[in-house]
Amino acid sequence: MSAVVADTPRTDAVRSGRVLYVASVVLLCAWVIVPLYFLLVNTLSSPEAVTSFPKSFIPAFNLGSLEFFMNFQGMLAALKNSVLVATLTMILSILIGAPAGYALSRFDFAGKELFRLLVLLTRAFPLPLLALPIAVMFINVGLDDTVFGLALVHTTLAVPFAVLITFSLFSGIPTELEEAAWTLGCTRLTAFTKVVLPLILPGITASAIFAFVISWNEVFAAAVLTIENRTLTAFLLQSLAESPLYLKFAGGFILVVPALIFIFAVRKYLFAMWGIANR
Amino acid sequence: MHARMLPYLLILPVTLFLCVFFLYPFVLVSQQAFTTGGGFTLDNFREVIGYWKFPISLSNTLLLAAIVVPVQLALSLLMATMVSRMEKGRDLILYIWTIPLGISDLAAGIIWLAIFEQSGFLNSMLYGVGAIETPINFLSYQNPAIVFLAIALAEIWRATAIMLVILVAGIGLIPKEYYEAAEVFGASPWQRFRRITLPLLRPSLQTALILRVILAFEVFAVVAALGGTLFPVLMGETYAYQFDLLNSGAAAAMALIILALSIASTLVILRVLRIPKGARI
Amino acid sequence: MREVVLDRHEGEVDYQPNENGPWLTRLLAELEAGSGTIGVLGGLHGELAALDPNDLTDLDDLGVGAASGTFNDLSKLGTDHVQYIPWMQASYVMAANKEALEYLPEGADIDALSYDELIAWAANVHEATGQPKFGFPAGPKGLKHRFFQGYLYPSYTDGVVRTFASDEAVTAWEKFRELWEHTNPASTNFSFLQEQLLSEDVWIAFDHTSRLAQAFNERPDDFIAFPAPAGPAGRGFMPVLAGVAIPSTAPEVDAAKALVTYLMEPETQIATLRATNFFPVVDVELPADLPPSVQAAGGAIAKMSAAPDANPGLLPAGLGDAGGDFNRVFVDTFERIVLARQDIRRVLDDQKRRLEAIMNESGASCWAPDAPSDGPCPVE
Repeated sequence: MSAVVADTPRTDAVRSGRVLYVASVVLLCAWVIVPLYFLLVNTLSSPEAVTSFPKSFIPAFNLGSLEFFMNFQGMLAALKNSVLVATLTMILSILIGAPAGYALSRFDFAGKELFRLLVLLTRAFPLPLLALPIAVMFINVGLDDTVFGLALVHTTLAVPFAVLITFSLFSGIPTELEEAAWTLGCTRLTAFTKVVLPLILPGITASAIFAFVISWNEVFAAAVLTIENRTLTAFLLQSLAESPLYLKFAGGFILVVPALIFIFAVRKYLFAMWGIANR
Repeated sequence: MHARMLPYLLILPVTLFLCVFFLYPFVLVSQQAFTTGGGFTLDNFREVIGYWKFPISLSNTLLLAAIVVPVQLALSLLMATMVSRMEKGRDLILYIWTIPLGISDLAAGIIWLAIFEQSGFLNSMLYGVGAIETPINFLSYQNPAIVFLAIALAEIWRATAIMLVILVAGIGLIPKEYYEAAEVFGASPWQRFRRITLPLLRPSLQTALILRVILAFEVFAVVAALGGTLFPVLMGETYAYQFDLLNSGAAAAMALIILALSIASTLVILRVLRIPKGARI
Repeated sequence: MREVVLDRHEGEVDYQPNENGPWLTRLLAELEAGSGTIGVLGGLHGELAALDPNDLTDLDDLGVGAASGTFNDLSKLGTDHVQYIPWMQASYVMAANKEALEYLPEGADIDALSYDELIAWAANVHEATGQPKFGFPAGPKGLKHRFFQGYLYPSYTDGVVRTFASDEAVTAWEKFRELWEHTNPASTNFSFLQEQLLSEDVWIAFDHTSRLAQAFNERPDDFIAFPAPAGPAGRGFMPVLAGVAIPSTAPEVDAAKALVTYLMEPETQIATLRATNFFPVVDVELPADLPPSVQAAGGAIAKMSAAPDANPGLLPAGLGDAGGDFNRVFVDTFERIVLARQDIRRVLDDQKRRLEAIMNESGASCWAPDAPSDGPCPVE
């Protein structure tokens, strides 16, 4: 995990600085991982072990709690729905969010502040209160109980992130770069696609990940707006509330894992952001 | 003409979308806040503000945000600059640090409850090293400070990654040449951070802070898991009005109060972290 | 539920468990849109009572109902017609770890405890183990309000609404404060006492029978269930009633009615008992091979009902959608008296005004053990 290639003279100050640096990296990693490890331990423990004291810090590899869920009918269908909804949310929120982020960073136009406020307000109002009118609307237009309908609602949650993140990314790219491209004969569009887009792509992936995760973890709208096409989160959490403790841990674990796998799968794009710094 | 219309064209899709899926239901719900039976009234606001728990939940929410957000800001800045210095293992470290992104607040509540409860992991650890003879009750009404600390820790654990990712993306856009030039002039790492990173990171800082503050005002699931009934927050009261008391007018009034808080703090952040025109890189 | 209960039904049933919030939001949305997907609605009496009776199909013609006339009256929700069918019932009982038994005060009979004996017992355990080990469901999802409405108040004041701010009520709260001294202070996080019984953070507990079930099923030999304690006005206790209703927007009313009828069959009722720990509402012979939790809870409830000093209460009726406000009065009173340690008399007088307003607004008349009233139940 050591990080910096040593080419400076090895004075004591530098060495202790490096030790401090590595130590804090390790500490921060532990800070993130240890609570998750506890979740794993509890998931893999027998029902008795979950409530025992003092607790063992080594998982017992008792798969009983997990098997309980694997035998649930409808788990796979729910998983598929979750992935579909989250993917749709991801695509929708970037498609409509990124252009707005670009507009915010490049243009001064009347109503700009109002628009920003509208986008922010979306996140500042609790969805469970909005769910009732939305559900009525969906039932009336036939979007009720569809993957697409739920993705629309989740997009409402994710799009402010998409707009604001892409806004800050575009703001970080010098206007001069684009202007230079124009003087070299590019149109506004080609300047954008050839110069700006490649720079911004990794950042866009970051906001896509947000969108995916937001949708994945959303319960309330999912529980209200779907009946037969439940998402995994709604499916698990609704049956979990009154379940015994060991099933709560296992259910929580099952929810966390796919999200982790997703972030892991796209990490390359997420971290490709660093390529920019080396341009 | 074309150039003048372009920004509006770009924001049109998202505006239309939010009008249908946010503004329309939002207006319907807000109307309820100003009506009880018939006609315009502020009774709902009077009712929720007059309730004895309102000042407590308001100050709890504000206090939690005031403690948690600055810590998260500092932590995510630290993590982002640490990552930027890394050459080996950067992918892995960044992956680990962004893991909490994928964890819902409900799951985070379950995880941290398993740590702090009486027969939880923290007590097991203390017992294991012989620091205590019998497990301590951390989450009891006698120790409001510990309850607060537990909630704050869980929130910091859960929601720092969101700021981290935004800041990492922002730092990535700062041209390396600036740092190289600074190094030539003998600037210390701290000076480089103060004079280059912080100012150039302003757009990302602004975004990260605004999003985080807004979400902090809506904190609920983690608080309910760890604080039980001991630590009422605005959002919990809103849900109680909507689903326990079936008083959607009062719930809408609470939600509008939270909204007002969010707008106010957003305006403050926008002002403090103003991005000066022309100072953009 | 799906496997044990719905299995034998001929029609296809898609069973969707939901939390209260989404359940209600979904239902209201279907009613408002005027077209629905929910055929049969299951919920607790309080949840169903909060709905507008006009939104529920009248079920008089089904010809099924509970064995108890009281339950059937409750299910009319103040109208002349059956709005929901009583479906299953439960109650609240006490449970204890057998290790706690040796600390029972001398001469106390566990099946006929008084509140004073319970306090002394909890105090003994506290002293012996150094830890307060009484458990009380005061968490966010805990059913603490039912303890005050159905147990503490009836046992001390022989009423709930009329006697809310009486001198006896002051005594009741003083006693509860004493008990709280020996109550696990993390109780404000407890909503399902089976968890704390199993972890042994708690040795003596009060909770809903289905929220204690897991403890008995996992370690049947380690725990016992017993009746709630008695006060000067008898042994107060209260039933829990769940019902099934058909919303007016149900897509296939006939299929829904067939399902409701099916749920009321004796075999289905027993299957429901196995799956949920909620007891039948119709007269059935209970088989011998029931899970330990059912046997334990059933025994305790039977002793409680048969006790000479039994003082059974009823579920709040006629409150309509003010049921939540009614509960909040008791929860607030608890939080102010016990957690914030405010003066009992002052808190009761203060909360009394809220209670009065709720009763007058909803027009609900008194229910047992309060003496009957013409018009809204008065707070005396």
